[in-house]
Amino acid sequence: MTELSKTGAAVGEPVAAGPAKSPTAFLEVRDLKVHFPTDDGLVKSVDGLSFKLEKGQTLSIVGESGSGKSVTSLAIMGLHRLGARGKNVQMSGEIWLDGKELIGAAPDDVRRLRGRDMAMIFQDPLSAMHPYYTVGNQIVEGYRVHNDVTKKVARKRAVELLDRVGIPEPAKRVDSYPHEFSGGMRQRAMIAMSLANNPQLLIADEPTTALDVTVQAQILDLIRDLQKEFESAVVLITHDLGVVAEIADQVLVMYGGRCVERGPVDKIFAEPQHPYTWGLLGSMPRIDREQTERLIPVKGQPPSLINVPSGCAFHPRCPYADLPKGGITRTQRPELHEVGSDHFSACHLSPEDRTRIWTEEIAPKL
Amino acid sequence: MISYIIRRLIAAVILLLVVTAVTFCIFFLLPRIAGQSADQLAQQYIGKSPSAADIAAVKHNLGLDEPVYIQYWHFIKGIFAGSTYDLGPTTVHCNAPCFGYSFKNHVAVWPELTDRLPITLSLAAGAAVIWLVSGVTVGVISALKPGSFFDRAFMGVALAGVSLPIFFTGQLALLVFTYQIPIFGRTYVPLTENPAQWANTLFPAWCSLALLYSAIYARLTRSGMLETMNEDFIRTARAKGLRERTVVGRHGLRAALTPIVTVFGMDVGLLLGGAVITENVFSLHGIGEYAVQGITDNDLPKVLGVTLLAAFFVVFCNLLVDLLYAAADPRVRLS
Repeated sequence: MTELSKTGAAVGEPVAAGPAKSPTAFLEVRDLKVHFPTDDGLVKSVDGLSFKLEKGQTLSIVGESGSGKSVTSLAIMGLHRLGARGKNVQMSGEIWLDGKELIGAAPDDVRRLRGRDMAMIFQDPLSAMHPYYTVGNQIVEGYRVHNDVTKKVARKRAVELLDRVGIPEPAKRVDSYPHEFSGGMRQRAMIAMSLANNPQLLIADEPTTALDVTVQAQILDLIRDLQKEFESAVVLITHDLGVVAEIADQVLVMYGGRCVERGPVDKIFAEPQHPYTWGLLGSMPRIDREQTERLIPVKGQPPSLINVPSGCAFHPRCPYADLPKGGITRTQRPELHEVGSDHFSACHLSPEDRTRIWTEEIAPKL
Repeated sequence: MISYIIRRLIAAVILLLVVTAVTFCIFFLLPRIAGQSADQLAQQYIGKSPSAADIAAVKHNLGLDEPVYIQYWHFIKGIFAGSTYDLGPTTVHCNAPCFGYSFKNHVAVWPELTDRLPITLSLAAGAAVIWLVSGVTVGVISALKPGSFFDRAFMGVALAGVSLPIFFTGQLALLVFTYQIPIFGRTYVPLTENPAQWANTLFPAWCSLALLYSAIYARLTRSGMLETMNEDFIRTARAKGLRERTVVGRHGLRAALTPIVTVFGMDVGLLLGGAVITENVFSLHGIGEYAVQGITDNDLPKVLGVTLLAAFFVVFCNLLVDLLYAAADPRVRLS
């Protein structure tokens, strides 16, 4: 089954790991933990994360830098164990993709799935593409490693893909180098590269963050269209709630390596149940807001992932940490519990307090 | 790409002219500025106890009594068109490229240089191949497993390689492999005559020289690879499902090698100007040994000739590196 990390095995978790039950969803992550030993201590980048995702659905993982979003996506892709530092990573939990468990699988089996069944779009397409090879060359390489075809066939496929993602004159641009593309075109090429083998799972790690605002919407549209066309599951990592509102079906809010709230996108925006989610919504600029009103930042610093605050990791920054919570002490960690249909939150506040604070204090200011 | 090549060629030609100017200044202008008279300078080209007539002849031949720009013109003209030396009873024509004339030994410098060049070339080329291959290999393996036993062991050896002077490792290699266990030949044989024996004789010299350089290259490659393997495009290559050896070779090493090519070009260029100590230790009659001769005999034209040749090699190798760089990295062609 899975290999247990030295540290994480004893801690109780909301979704019981138990013996490997066959998954019920296309992508299912169960109690994922990714820990990195460093000289300063164990960095618990992801510490017990579970979620499910069906084909044709888009899950948005949101949270600030260092909350574990990217680490999660790289864990699904099986990219943590590679390279010189890979041996030190401690991973446990289960990742099920289309009935196959990935964490316990042989590295070469996971490699065969990478780029074919699951693909990834990275944040900065300029640094994510090799500067010495043409765009076509890089697409061909990814296609040929999974398909036994001639270079000519693969090249035709590359032109097709570039055409599909909306690059003008694809037959000519296929021989261009990444630096000869504009930022938006580069991200399109990156998407073309990831689509080479019609992956069923597409992970996009902040795909629009490095792009001009004018191009962002185009890229999001493209991802949405392609998802419809291929019926694939999309995991979209972002810190931009505008992007989330645009494209997501499900939202997962991460804080300090754990999920603090999870639910359908309309619920997350209409009746969020966690103070951190309120903070994210309050710090989002909105066009319909009065110019004189200021954004409401989430005060304080993101938590240390080595010495995660005890109990709720958000409590040092939570404006409502001092409200009475019916005998729950501050060192007790809140677990995810259902607060609505398919809507989960990990907060000690009583449902009455949450509803009151949201409707009376937060919502009117947004 | 073509315009890039043309620009680099023009730059190289300009650089060569600058090099001749600097060399000229060092050999002809600086002594005068330092207070030497034309006679004293001319005397240096002949050696001890010259006659007044000799001095006058040299002064006339080198144009030392004329204005500086005329002197420089003589100097340049000699390189490109050759010059004629009027030596009293006889006149000697020194064909282009005339790198000077040794008034002491009554020979032109250029033919002597070309005679010795194959030896220096053989030494540099053989050593370069060995150090590049071994240095890069060790560097890559070390970078893939940093902190491993292999890494620590080889970086230790590399440190020793850098620290040990060639006159120590060279003598040791000679003693052990050529004299005590006579595996390798003792006298240089040109490649064209007998390739096997050529390699056999030069091998200890190659290895001694390569030890020094491969240590540096192993460290360079190691740090370059460590950096490259952390790049985003390596993560992309892995995300595509490429095999790890493709990721390391095609994506990692390719990018890590480019800065190494730069250093490599400079090192080879410098070596072509003569590996002074190595040639002396292994009794190879190359350019470096010639330079030493010139210095010990106080025969300035020889030193001048070697200086010019060495400078030309460095410029040439740099040009080659620039072109290779453009071939390797498409971004270079733009700027």
